[in-house]
Amino acid sequence: MNKKYPVHILLALGAFWMLLPFFWMISTSLKTQIEALKFPPTIFPRVLMFSNYLEAFRQVDFSRYFLNTIIMTAGTTCLVFITSILAAYAFARLRFWGRDLFFTLFLAMMMIPVPVYLAPSYVILSRFGWIDTFLALIIPWSANVFAIFLLRQHFKTIPQELFDAAKIDGLNQFQIITRIVVPLSKAVLITIGIFQIVSNWNAFLWPLIVTHSDSMRTVQTGLAYFAQAESTNYPLLCAASTFITAPLIIMYFFVQKQIMESYARTGLKE
Amino acid sequence: MGKRKDFSGYLFILPALVIIVVFRFYPILQAIRMSFFKWGMAGPLYTVGLKNFGRLFIDPKFYQSLGNTFWYVIFVVPLTIIFSIYFAQLLNQKIRGRGAYRTIYYLPVVTSIVAISVVWKWLFNPDRGVLNAIFGLFGLEGLKWLNDARGLFEILLAPLNVEPSGFFAGPSIALCALIIMAVWHNIGYCVIIALAGLQNVPEQYYEAAKIDGASTWKTFRHVTIPLISPTIFYLLITQSIFAFNIFTPVYVMTQPPGGPLGTTKLVVFYLYEQAFKLWNLGYANAIAFVIFIIIFILTQFQKKFIERRVHYE
Repeated sequence: MNKKYPVHILLALGAFWMLLPFFWMISTSLKTQIEALKFPPTIFPRVLMFSNYLEAFRQVDFSRYFLNTIIMTAGTTCLVFITSILAAYAFARLRFWGRDLFFTLFLAMMMIPVPVYLAPSYVILSRFGWIDTFLALIIPWSANVFAIFLLRQHFKTIPQELFDAAKIDGLNQFQIITRIVVPLSKAVLITIGIFQIVSNWNAFLWPLIVTHSDSMRTVQTGLAYFAQAESTNYPLLCAASTFITAPLIIMYFFVQKQIMESYARTGLKE
Repeated sequence: MGKRKDFSGYLFILPALVIIVVFRFYPILQAIRMSFFKWGMAGPLYTVGLKNFGRLFIDPKFYQSLGNTFWYVIFVVPLTIIFSIYFAQLLNQKIRGRGAYRTIYYLPVVTSIVAISVVWKWLFNPDRGVLNAIFGLFGLEGLKWLNDARGLFEILLAPLNVEPSGFFAGPSIALCALIIMAVWHNIGYCVIIALAGLQNVPEQYYEAAKIDGASTWKTFRHVTIPLISPTIFYLLITQSIFAFNIFTPVYVMTQPPGGPLGTTKLVVFYLYEQAFKLWNLGYANAIAFVIFIIIFILTQFQKKFIERRVHYE
């Protein structure tokens, strides 16, 4: 088949359009401010200004923002694993009064859009005295209904014989979870982990609302703040955008298939 | 099953239950309660009954934000889906570099929307931006993009001496800039979903169509589209909800936020502004209530389809 040239041209045009902003971000991040403001613009920087990256780090406390984001991501992800494995196990494998009722209640919470609980959550968090602390960034997101749902579906597929054998061996519920259920659920747990990492790293509206001080900013609110403070210094803004997106893009190249699958499963973003 | 075991079930769901009750369930009850109060962060609380809702119905800014959101969703969702099905169709054949194209198209999905907004604001820069430079290469005059409050239909219909205004002027050029960026941002996700749908279409159908001598377009229209309609519908609903909830680009890109002339003020941004800039928390909850109703209707459709998808796995 030699008639595939048009297809390739169309796909390449699409790829060009998809890559243009990334290329322009990196290219601008290495230009001097004078060169960046040239019009028509130069495509490649004449001198590579790697110092822009250091300069962006120096202007605002990005290392602090990175640390905060890592703490927030690690905290929510660990807690989500614990709460959802426990809950999903109970929903899939244990019998207790009101089980289906609770599960329905959980699922119903998925239908509430985030904007609805922004204002009341703020009031609740300020009553707890949690505003501007890690508690406000982590605790409200430490249970994830969709993770519970995915795990429950998976736990139901584990053969009953394994549980019977474990009981004969005298394992208690916790041992069954750590030795049998978790090792058999790696794929789903990876899906949940990836989803947690991506959504925490990119979270913006929530950190914007529940934190105020500079030392509590995450990478995203930090970048938004930097964009307001330095609204015309495009090389620095592009440098900051590059190093904020780099961790996830690097991760994406390694676990691309899992990322696509976990997003296809979990549906909505943010 | 003994009594002791009955108890362990509650123990296992307890951590998740506490979080969900305190940070999801209770806030919703609170939201309903708050919408009936005039509620600032400090000072006394006034019961205002339905006044927050009454105010909502006569607030021109609220209507403008709803109108903006309407245009935003109406443009972003179909454009994203049409482009993604088109590209998925191109990718659904044995060609070289297929994996690379998929990787590239998907790249924006994992990129933070704040960074994307910062970069696109630079691309849209009226004096120095690369988009206007590309326009220049083709001898076209650059646009003011994010600074242009003129409506799309207003411009398109100007030669006919028709001057639609307000809502009927359509999305402003500034809002069109946000629409272009959103399509770019979401397309990768939709391509992957559409591709999965296309790959489920059995080869025999295409062969049968070929034997019957159907043209490419006819095959696409009468074989492909009906067979991937569940996928299209799923994308339609999820993308609409996603577009409806958009906030970040407005906050990062527009100057003043929601401008020019409020033409990029989307409804979630309006809620944010009322709640966290003006501290009208009660009024913000009334807005949230309307958002909830609209999204609830959309979710009802979605639920059916998500459940169906999950059964397939």
